[in-house]
Amino acid sequence: MQDIEKLEGELLGEIGNITNLDALESLRISALGKKGSVSLMMRGLGQMDPAERQIIAPQLNKLKTTVGDAVDAAKARLHAAELDIKLAAERIDISLPARPETQGRIHPISQVMDEITEIFADMGFDIAEGPDIEDDFHNFTALNIPPEHPARQMHDTFYLPEKEDGSRQLLRTHTSTVQIRTMQSQEPPHRIVVPGRTFRCDSDQTHTPMFHQIEGLVIDKTSHMGHLKGVLVEFCKAFFEVDDVTMRFRPSYFPFTEPSAEMDIKCTFAGDHVKIGEGDDWLEILGCGMVNPRVLAHCGIDPNEYQGFAWGMGIDRIAMLKYGIPDLRAFFDADLRWLKHYGFVPLDVPTLGGGLSR
Amino acid sequence: MKFTVSWLKEHLDYTASLDELSEKLTAMGLEVEEITDRAKELAAFRVAYVVEATQHPDADRLRVCKVDTGSEIVQVVCGAPNARTGMKGVFAPSGVYVPGTDLLLKPTKIRGVESNGMLVSEREMGVSDEHDGIIEMPEDTEIGASYAALAGLDDPIIEIAITPNHQDALGVYGIARDLAASGFGTLKALDTSAIAGKFESPISVALNFEGDDPLPCSKFVGRYVRGVKNGPSPKWLQDKLKAIGLRPISALVDITNFVTYDLARPLHVFDADKINGNIQARLATQGETLLALDGEEYEVDADACMIADDAKAVGLGGVMGGEDTGCSEETTNVFIEAALFDPIRVAVTGRKLGIESDARYRFERGVDPAFVETAMEIATRLVMDLCGGEPSNVVVAGRGPDWQKTVELRKTRVRDLGGVDVPVAKMIIILDKLGFKPVEDGDVIRTEVPSWRMDIDGEADLVEEVLRVYGYDNIPAVSLPKINAVAKPSVTVKQRRVRIAKRALAVRGMMEAVTWSFLPRAHADLFGGVPDEIILVNPISADLDAMRPSLLPNLVAAAGRNHARGFADVSLFEVGSEYHSDRAEGQVMVAAGIRAGETSSRHWAGGGRVFDAYDAKADALAVLAAVGGPADAAQVVTGAPDWYHPGRSGLLQLGPKNRLAAFGELHPRVLEAMKIKGTVVGFEVYLGNVPMPRGTAETARPPLVASDYQAVERDFAFEMDRDVPADKIIKAVRGSDKKLITDITIFDVYEGEHVGEGKKSVAFSIRLQPTDKTLTDDEIDAVAAKVIANVEKASGGSLRG
Repeated sequence: MQDIEKLEGELLGEIGNITNLDALESLRISALGKKGSVSLMMRGLGQMDPAERQIIAPQLNKLKTTVGDAVDAAKARLHAAELDIKLAAERIDISLPARPETQGRIHPISQVMDEITEIFADMGFDIAEGPDIEDDFHNFTALNIPPEHPARQMHDTFYLPEKEDGSRQLLRTHTSTVQIRTMQSQEPPHRIVVPGRTFRCDSDQTHTPMFHQIEGLVIDKTSHMGHLKGVLVEFCKAFFEVDDVTMRFRPSYFPFTEPSAEMDIKCTFAGDHVKIGEGDDWLEILGCGMVNPRVLAHCGIDPNEYQGFAWGMGIDRIAMLKYGIPDLRAFFDADLRWLKHYGFVPLDVPTLGGGLSR
Repeated sequence: MKFTVSWLKEHLDYTASLDELSEKLTAMGLEVEEITDRAKELAAFRVAYVVEATQHPDADRLRVCKVDTGSEIVQVVCGAPNARTGMKGVFAPSGVYVPGTDLLLKPTKIRGVESNGMLVSEREMGVSDEHDGIIEMPEDTEIGASYAALAGLDDPIIEIAITPNHQDALGVYGIARDLAASGFGTLKALDTSAIAGKFESPISVALNFEGDDPLPCSKFVGRYVRGVKNGPSPKWLQDKLKAIGLRPISALVDITNFVTYDLARPLHVFDADKINGNIQARLATQGETLLALDGEEYEVDADACMIADDAKAVGLGGVMGGEDTGCSEETTNVFIEAALFDPIRVAVTGRKLGIESDARYRFERGVDPAFVETAMEIATRLVMDLCGGEPSNVVVAGRGPDWQKTVELRKTRVRDLGGVDVPVAKMIIILDKLGFKPVEDGDVIRTEVPSWRMDIDGEADLVEEVLRVYGYDNIPAVSLPKINAVAKPSVTVKQRRVRIAKRALAVRGMMEAVTWSFLPRAHADLFGGVPDEIILVNPISADLDAMRPSLLPNLVAAAGRNHARGFADVSLFEVGSEYHSDRAEGQVMVAAGIRAGETSSRHWAGGGRVFDAYDAKADALAVLAAVGGPADAAQVVTGAPDWYHPGRSGLLQLGPKNRLAAFGELHPRVLEAMKIKGTVVGFEVYLGNVPMPRGTAETARPPLVASDYQAVERDFAFEMDRDVPADKIIKAVRGSDKKLITDITIFDVYEGEHVGEGKKSVAFSIRLQPTDKTLTDDEIDAVAAKVIANVEKASGGSLRG
């Protein structure tokens, strides 16, 4: 009895003092191994009389459990200490820069096109497209711009070589060509927007020979100028992400619309940035109007039955306004610094639900 | 179109402010572009008295002046020869901006003498070219008075944009008429009374055309005025012309310019003594020439309308008069022309000859056909008032075009098209004031289009007229009715693919560029060339003359520009069109990109590696996969277009006829021609060739097949000829057991001393995935043996020991 208590005291003391796993293992073997001190005492139980064994056996079992638990606890302690040492040695310089990764960008024109189409999709518009190289009919004649009309001079058209029959192809000066193609190839009603490249033979601080437009067209039996205003005011609010936009409709002239209007929005110029929707200045952002009955007739649509409206807007221009981009010409220069600064990360996909911009 | 406020007030009685005028003009469709108020700009320039002017001690030509500005006496050093004691001049104090010299005045010392401010000349004020001396004001002028007011410059200049339909607003009177119609002031009547002729005109006029319709010149009104004295025009006329940027020439010429801008009625004056015989309007003969008033000699074709006397051409009808028969200071007898020309012919002639004249500008937009004789009376009166003389009877040829038109407006149309309910009575008042003589007739309002509104030809135009006056701002904005409660997708598969391709490439670290659709033809030639039919006739510059046959050259050029800015590592892409003909089918949608330099910049954990053809291949495959194309099924073959390196490029295709993409290193010859150093890799994915998804949109995926039985991996290495494509090995491996072998990865390709000359070693690992039981060693060995046999057979190589 005393032996058992003594042995337990000795063993627990040794285990408590042990500092490495190897020594712990030898100690475990010397105590709990086949020939260990505890095992030898257990073996002595066989020679005891039953009465004595009944008293001693539980004590020995307790000894075995206590020593076993102590060994396990020491093992865990030593493992933890060893790991601490290892981890301390594995320390790195966390101030070193992360490995460089290249990050791509989406061009502002693509981003803004996605934003615009997202808004118009919500209003039930389909996206339509047409070719950049056009004929005179689709770019001018069908749009009620006959040859020698003064409006043609305002278009600064790029021409391709004259053919034997005297005709010549041209680079479309506006996306209005797709109005014609849509009305010719499909039955009304129509609700489309047409983003795309357009070309004019003009180059200076604020003009580039290629630019982007988005055209809108609604043809049905009832849409009128009030709807035109409604569509545009709702578009402006959504696109510029403001609660209200003060806008002004001015009478203007386009051969393919009658009545025609230009739309200005109120804004404030503050340093490099333009605040849209309110302020002291008017900013012209688009031309629009009710589709001229002659244009409908050119496309085989009965102007007595159908009517509607159209508008055209510069994508590059409204991108510049919304995102404070100063120089139009830089859009087409592919300068990596510019693309990184003004471009959008690819996961910034504009949605109405998630927000158009961050 | 420019005019001044006082000029407008000669035709329109109104009391509103300048701001209100500006708002009204814009609201009527006469958009105000700029208002220049010179009184404001020149407010600091005031009359001053030179108390004393003495010689500068150190400069012969300078005088030191004591100037009384009305509030103080300042010292000014002045170099003008006419600066003298007791004169009154115009003074600008320090701190004022001097427009003519573009300088801000500061206190200074001139040759040691202090000078504060400046006595100015007209040129220094920017009001004329006069610079012989400083301005001298009359002795009785009040000191401190504003110079601008005294000089008649306190008259704001308004510039409005004129849309092509507003030919009526190309004269100040027409603008006044439009404003009056909107209720903004009252129009003053013109003095149109006839002036009796004193004799028969010695010059007759005739129209000489055969069966032309419309007539190139449909009416010609002329009048001879004898005994005139032509000299500088009076100040009121010169001031008007100068204010709108015209140069006064002589009274007779200034009258024609004045009537052009005042009444939108171009005129011409001939020196009658230089006319041989009579005047006729006729078509030109091919190659006929005319020395025009601008001093240029023009050669015209047979389409031009010529004004000629009995000997030769004297004017291009509606475009410009002739120099030889023009008026000069010596002119004593003048022949005035007021004619009507066909707008289209004027436009054609003007465009062919490149002449932009005030006459052409008005004639091609349309000049009031009912305002020819009247204009002649007004012009005659001006000539007699300014130059004296005695008028002949008026001579007339032709009767002008038929311009009378009746247009009906349904009473409901403004509401249905314009979206605003304007009462019928209101519509009638508006149309009446605009000169349309409206008459109610059942459901319609019948109108007669006034002669000065040739743009009006239908009901929609009348809707615009009513709304223009009623106010566009009074149209309520309403939402477009929704077609579907929740919007349907608005893009087609093709459109969606364009969007996805862009984002897929940007995710891969590439920058999206948008470059011109045109490029130098030399660059086009390096990338397959373009047919002559897509070479621009009038490019913006000689090096942007060809439509691009590929997106790569512009991207390569952009890489060059970025290199020059010090950025060697460039990854750019563009998704856009390339062009192969002038038809819609020739326009092809491509996603293309280039990479140059290294995959990443040098850094502490190693550096990048140089981009190679496999990077371009990966880009192309990524685009295909992103747009839902058959990236796995595409065959990789050689034979990329010749702007790629012949040994380091390839095609992705579905059979020999459907080319999905090309990729590889760009040809060194191409890069050298474009002056690009180093290697550039690129790819072009032809998005239009990617097969469309089949059938209806099926959102459900096939069930996942995933086996829980242990997969086994085995490695192999073979030695074979260098030219054996990896593709062949992969196919041979896959063919060994299509069910069990689920993956093959080539993990090493080696050429060098450990393999024979012209040989390579290819090592790969395969993964065997059983689906119904665990594989036994025998089964694994059987598959391995088959792989070895197949690869050896396909490659002609052998397993390495």
